[in-house]
Amino acid sequence: MGLLDEFSLGLFFWQTLLFLLLLFLLRKYAWKPILNAVNDREQGIKDALAAAENAKKEMENLQADNEKLLKEARAERDAMLKEARELKAKMISDAKDEAKAEGDKMIANAQAAIQSEKKAALADIKTQVASLSVEIAEKVVKEELSNKDKQLKLVETMLGDATLN
Amino acid sequence: MQRKILVRLLLIFIFIAPLSVSAKDDTGNKDKKTEIKEYIDHHLKDSHDFSLYSYTGDDGQHHYVGFSLPVILWSDGLHVFASGKFHHGEEVVESNGKYFKLYHSKIYETDASGTINYDEEHHATNAKPLDLSITKSVFMIIITGLLMFFLFRGLARTYGKNNGIPSGIGRFFEPIVLYIRDDIARPNIGEKKYRKYMPFLLTVFFFIWFLNIFGLTPLGVNVTGNIAITTALALLTFFITNFTGTKDYWKHIFDPLGDSMPWIAKIPLYIILIPIEVLGIFIKPFSLLIRLYANMQAGHIVLMSLIGLMFIFKNWIGSPLSFGLAFAISLIEILVALLQAYIFTMLSALYFGFAAEDHDHAEAHEGEIQHL
Repeated sequence: MGLLDEFSLGLFFWQTLLFLLLLFLLRKYAWKPILNAVNDREQGIKDALAAAENAKKEMENLQADNEKLLKEARAERDAMLKEARELKAKMISDAKDEAKAEGDKMIANAQAAIQSEKKAALADIKTQVASLSVEIAEKVVKEELSNKDKQLKLVETMLGDATLN
Repeated sequence: MQRKILVRLLLIFIFIAPLSVSAKDDTGNKDKKTEIKEYIDHHLKDSHDFSLYSYTGDDGQHHYVGFSLPVILWSDGLHVFASGKFHHGEEVVESNGKYFKLYHSKIYETDASGTINYDEEHHATNAKPLDLSITKSVFMIIITGLLMFFLFRGLARTYGKNNGIPSGIGRFFEPIVLYIRDDIARPNIGEKKYRKYMPFLLTVFFFIWFLNIFGLTPLGVNVTGNIAITTALALLTFFITNFTGTKDYWKHIFDPLGDSMPWIAKIPLYIILIPIEVLGIFIKPFSLLIRLYANMQAGHIVLMSLIGLMFIFKNWIGSPLSFGLAFAISLIEILVALLQAYIFTMLSALYFGFAAEDHDHAEAHEGEIQHL
């Protein structure tokens, strides 16, 4: 009993026909939709993963941006505070200097005024003293010269003084 | 290789069997043995009717339980009738003025009294009509085809309904489909071209697997162990391989050395090389058809022999032993059913890969799996 003897042409015919029929039917109604659906699903998963990755990256970027912004804001605040502090110090010192200069000036003015007043007063006193002395001297001289004896005595004393010299 | 082992196993049992029963009365066992042998022979072959079981009644007659299948013959005209008319080869059927008789599972044209002429080797010499009957195997192919169609059509439909996620039985089959795509088609054929081969690979895988599994059921229809079936399948692989062959594929066959040496030096080599390569085109699918046929056939022979041994031993040691062996072999056969489907698909994909090859990665695969 050889293999050829066992070979049945009818079975071969039916097998080929039915298998090809099955192949084409399955290809159209089963394999194509199945493989397409699976491919779509895989593509979907891939896309979703990529999108998630992107979102994560964006999140990170955003976070980094936020961080940067925060840092900048902080730096700006610090700078502003420092500036303000400096300004305050400067203002205080300026005010101090100005006040001091003004004070000095005022003191100088006052001193000058006092000095001039003093001078004026002294000059006044001097003139008054002079006029008084002149009046006194007048009176005294008048008194002295009112009697002859006394005038002669005076001349004598004065002459006596003068000869002594 | 596997077949050799199985044949050896079978031989061992054939030698052991007579020893263990020699003490018993010979005549009864001889009958039983020939009966079993005939039964196995009958089982392995295709049949014109679908018999579930048969028994010998009280009247000494064989009774068959099963149903008839249509017989379609072409002999100077179409003859169609139910296989039941043959009465399992006991009666001659008249159709459109011609007489047919079923003899050893084959239909012969005879005269009205059903005379079969023999040559000296006891082979029938009667004319054979062209037999396109829906036999048991064809019937099972139709059943399997319908099953596959509704199964995978259903799977394809669940994708639409369920947002691209399979449900029900599809959850079991989808990973297998994906396995064939990702681990058989893609690596062997390549990312660019595997798509057009997928329908054939998937169909052939499930077709062989389902039929192999059906062969292991008590109905025991040995479809994939039939040389006509495996030939038809391997021929398709052959045609697809060669019709989709690229220029590089043919160049590899008719100019295997390429530009590596001057043409004058290639002539003596090519006298040997080209015939080998051309022969290879035919040997590859031929190995496919023989491998599947031999594995399934051998599996059925071993399994049925072991079951048959139970009836020959008929004692408390031998029968449980052969039952245990038959059980073990059944489990192995379930694995073999899947394995053979896988190997057929895998090798087909490999051959398609050779055919679809473009030159840029031709060198990488060269000689890698040629011996398969």
